[in-house]
Amino acid sequence: MTRQSQGTAALDAMFARAKKQNRAAFMPYFCIGYPDYDESLCAIEAVAALGVDGFEIGMPFSDPIADGPTIQAATQIALEQGATVRLCLDAVRQLRARGLSQPMLMMSYANPLVAYGADRFVRDARDAGADGLIVPDLPPEEAALFADSCARAGMALIFFLAPTSNDERIEMATANATGFIYVVSLTGITGARKELPAYLTDYIARLRAKTEMPLVLGFGVSSPAHARQLRGLTDGFIVASALIRAWERGFDEMHALARDIFAASQE
Amino acid sequence: MTDLYIRTDLSDLPDARGYFGEFGGRFVPETIIPALDELEAAYNEAIADPAFHRELRHLQRTYTGRPTPISHARRLSEALGGAQIYLKREDLAHTGAHKINNALGQGLLAKRMGKRRIIAETGAGQHGVGASTAMALLGLECHVYMGTVDIRRQQPNVFRMKLLGAEVIPVESGSRTLKDAINEAMRDWVTNVDTTFYLLGSALGPHPYPMMVRDFQSIIGVEARDQIQALTGQLPDACIACVGGGSNAIGLFHAFRDDENTELIGVEAGGHGIESREHAARFADLDISRPGILHGTRSYVMQNDDGQIMETHSVSAGLDYPSVGPEHAHLRQLERAYYTMATDVDALEAFQVLSKMEGIIPALESSHAVAEAIKRAPTMPRDSVLLVNLSGRGDKDLDTVIGILGN
Ligand SMILES: Cc1ncc(COP(=O)(O)O)c(C=O)c1O
Repeated sequence: MTRQSQGTAALDAMFARAKKQNRAAFMPYFCIGYPDYDESLCAIEAVAALGVDGFEIGMPFSDPIADGPTIQAATQIALEQGATVRLCLDAVRQLRARGLSQPMLMMSYANPLVAYGADRFVRDARDAGADGLIVPDLPPEEAALFADSCARAGMALIFFLAPTSNDERIEMATANATGFIYVVSLTGITGARKELPAYLTDYIARLRAKTEMPLVLGFGVSSPAHARQLRGLTDGFIVASALIRAWERGFDEMHALARDIFAASQE
Repeated sequence: MTDLYIRTDLSDLPDARGYFGEFGGRFVPETIIPALDELEAAYNEAIADPAFHRELRHLQRTYTGRPTPISHARRLSEALGGAQIYLKREDLAHTGAHKINNALGQGLLAKRMGKRRIIAETGAGQHGVGASTAMALLGLECHVYMGTVDIRRQQPNVFRMKLLGAEVIPVESGSRTLKDAINEAMRDWVTNVDTTFYLLGSALGPHPYPMMVRDFQSIIGVEARDQIQALTGQLPDACIACVGGGSNAIGLFHAFRDDENTELIGVEAGGHGIESREHAARFADLDISRPGILHGTRSYVMQNDDGQIMETHSVSAGLDYPSVGPEHAHLRQLERAYYTMATDVDALEAFQVLSKMEGIIPALESSHAVAEAIKRAPTMPRDSVLLVNLSGRGDKDLDTVIGILGN
């Protein structure tokens, strides 16, 4: 697979391909610098080699209010390992140089990006080879901070919807988002969960009635069983905490979980 | 005083998006945005309802003990040989600090909204005590997040909260102080938003909190402005208040904002001094403090070059916070208010001086404001007036002070 497009176009291609294969795109999350810089890159490469569809590239922040204990601990380690905004951009550049072709979305809280310079970050991320931005503490009403520079660079700017979002919120998010909508599965913070919520089908149907944008589910998606469940329901899904927890038992465990989840998404 | 007890001039900032000039806003996860909308609507409805004002006023008078008096610090002023220092005695409010003003206001609002589970964060423990007290009074359940560093240095308040029936939840993450307690409270709110009211303790966080907390605290300035004129026949030359998140300061300042001849002076925690980098002086050390985004609002934030939030230091837990309420950032930019700092040493000195000369043991937070008054008074004429917000009493700080000064 070679990389033929960037930004929103690359995401469009990713969703089109998954759709043709009648499955939801699998986008694992990895935090640059966890457990250290080199190993985080190795992990992304090894999982990319499985053929997964895309990546959420975590950039650590000292005060991650939307994250549960697993990601808090991992990003804290990444910070102690010296991960910075610049290093995260280097990581993307290096991964592209090594031939990684899948879309990569930079995930960061707002403050490190603002400190780096919002416009400059978007430009540098595009130049490094990233495809978009996920900022969990940036609701659409504050989109102005990144909207113009993302539009100019062709980078996707992802907004979230949650079970608490009403029709007005759904309209605001879908009117502003590019790339896809990040659908928060539950009312809560990130973290592995045993079950997906029972209301999921109705919830997704409620969103589908309002938008044609691709819907990517995250928060709590943890297992091959979940991946199977999402087939035909969402356009993609993100797995984060479950992979980190598997990794605590060893690289091979993490790799096996990513492989099994990806396989399940294709069954 | 008007019919409506809370000072709310609708032409005032923030704007509809919660901005004070370029500061403020709403930088939080989508999950809680609908709850902020709901809160804002409920608040606007409540303050348009005379019954809400009547109920709050009744509690303030019969329970909190408002109005709190103003005391002339006669011996201290005499000894300094300059301006007359007057103290707005928020330390005499029930629970011993201004925090109760906001806790009762938000508590009544929570009850009105039908929320029964209340969460709060606390640094010094004064907001935690205020919240626990208000919830005991109103019959609502209360859970207070508190960093373990603060739990250690504010033991009496931890015990007080438990006695009042609240659950104190220790926070082990990050610097284990106020910042981390707010992180945990926000995570709780994101998770339990349907049933839970987040009672934020200072004039910070996402809109509408900075506005709402200011409004509930503005009673301090409304009372003080009348009282000081009755006592001295004039408006003060300056109002001085300590600034943690900024609630007691904005509560005092607001009533004086159009009084051009009254200087508004906020005092931040200078900790071990600016050069040491161990402080919480967000407006004084612009090498490490810049406009940024923390806890849902855009304001000055102490951070490293990479945008990671820095750990702060102050002898007073209530000022030990890396950001500051957005309205203060705005007032500073307008040059309507001026911000300075007092170090740990300055504050400890003021703590002792006020105790010995006036028989008032101030909170270490408030001691920062007293320190600035002590510094300024001698440079001013004898008929000038300094109004200091004595935001709380110092009983909670005795362990800390004994630890530093010895018995
Ligand atoms: C007595 C007292 N004064 C001041 C503060 C600082 O808070 P703020 O700046 O919101 O008034 C605190 C906070 O705990 C406090 O307890």
